[in-house]
Amino acid sequence: MLGYTITQWLFGILSFLSIMFALMVVFSRNPVNSILYLVLTFFCIAGLYLLLNAQFLAVVHIVVYSGAIMVLFLFVIMLMNLNQDNEPQRATLNKIIAGVSGGMLLVVLVGSLKGGEQLGLQSYGSSQIGLVKNLGKVLFSEFLFPFEIASILLLAALVGSIMIGKKEIK
Amino acid sequence: MITFLIYKLILCVVVFAISLGIAAYSTLWERKLSALLQDRVGPDRAGPFGLLQPLADGGKMFFKEEIIPNVSNRFLFILGPSLVMLTALMTGAVIPWAKDVYIGGALYSMQITDINIGVLYLFGVVSMGVYGIMIGGWASNNKYALLGAIRASSQMISYEIAMGIAVIALIITSGGTLSLREIVETQDAGFANIVWQPLGFIIFFVCALAETNRAPFDLPECEAELVGGYHTEYSSMKLGLFLFAEYINMFISSAIMSAFYFGGYNFPFSHELYDAMGLQDGSKWIALIGFLAFFTKIVIFISVFMWIRWTLPRFRYDQLMKLGWKVLLPLSLLNLAITVVVEFFRGNISF
Repeated sequence: MLGYTITQWLFGILSFLSIMFALMVVFSRNPVNSILYLVLTFFCIAGLYLLLNAQFLAVVHIVVYSGAIMVLFLFVIMLMNLNQDNEPQRATLNKIIAGVSGGMLLVVLVGSLKGGEQLGLQSYGSSQIGLVKNLGKVLFSEFLFPFEIASILLLAALVGSIMIGKKEIK
Repeated sequence: MITFLIYKLILCVVVFAISLGIAAYSTLWERKLSALLQDRVGPDRAGPFGLLQPLADGGKMFFKEEIIPNVSNRFLFILGPSLVMLTALMTGAVIPWAKDVYIGGALYSMQITDINIGVLYLFGVVSMGVYGIMIGGWASNNKYALLGAIRASSQMISYEIAMGIAVIALIITSGGTLSLREIVETQDAGFANIVWQPLGFIIFFVCALAETNRAPFDLPECEAELVGGYHTEYSSMKLGLFLFAEYINMFISSAIMSAFYFGGYNFPFSHELYDAMGLQDGSKWIALIGFLAFFTKIVIFISVFMWIRWTLPRFRYDQLMKLGWKVLLPLSLLNLAITVVVEFFRGNISF
């Protein structure tokens, strides 16, 4: 089809959709709609992971981000009942500051990706690395230390959030 | 290629039809069983023994007046029940219904798709189920509906964790596979997983009750406090979809429990029976007998779900959260630790 393979077509469609939904997150007036668009964006990104043969990452992305974190976001927004009527109007200066800092973050991200290209990052093993078995083997042998550090970080965050959520500390 | 597509299409339609049919007749069975438990007769007017009652109920749902509150978000209001139904039906795709069958020299699998991350797929779909309820409850623009939706989602998220850890222990017992077919096949040779995972099964069962919003965990639609919970504002077939999805979820979770812990389409002495009947591997009779065995287990589980509903009173909300976080989560972690030790001595895992 027009000289592209099915994978390339899928990549194009998913990328277009994810960028479009991401823009809709920013542009929609109603915060609940924003969140639902963000969920759709996550789905498109999970589709991109599937194209990279990273099934585990794709499903965990859906379970953790769309299934848990976004539900909590939705929770907060529904409870606060933010509607466009009572949404506070932001000053123009704030908008400019937010735009500039967001743009700078974009520059940093693009720059780091470009830098990674020059470093010549080696790919690990074959294209089968995203399958659960291979990923588990790599995580629990070669990358055991960073993995454990990340889990300690998560544990600390867990304990911290419980401490903050407590009404009084005895 | 064409044969493959047609066969998959037929399988999809059959699984879809079975899910809907079981859900419809579960409503009748629920009413009959509750009548039995309360020493009543139950519905017996439509057809012999009331067998046409689900059709009458369905027809009633379709012809009722449809009311969409004009202050609510119309699109999201319709999206809510659709999402609930969609996620309920999607889980049937990875369940292995029977053994492979030889038809015309080719081997056909009685499972829509055997992805090697089947268990994770199930969790992904289940975690999506929350959205339908939350969107529907919020779009109703009603305090009771919103409260019901928030109860439902926090309950489902809390119980998913204990359920996930119980399933991790099960995966260790089945030799580290995430494919539902392989989990069922490993139980063909040895014992059913319930022998190795009794505690895991109890945790999974309680969590399944909570995930399907069945009594005693039906706080999201708790009629004594919240009118009708998240579907207060819904009428006609949209309400029907919410109620129907609950029965489909019940059917699918019964199927998953039978496949995970009770050997799915396998049963004790199945090989002896097949040998005595002189059946070869891949025979359609083996598939049929296996399917019937699987189905019997599912019906038993559905009946237990209903039995519990008509026996136990509803939990209070703080009791529900306490049970989820302070009892089931530590128990599932304990179960995981015990499983690792047991499997180490059985030689299934090594360091």
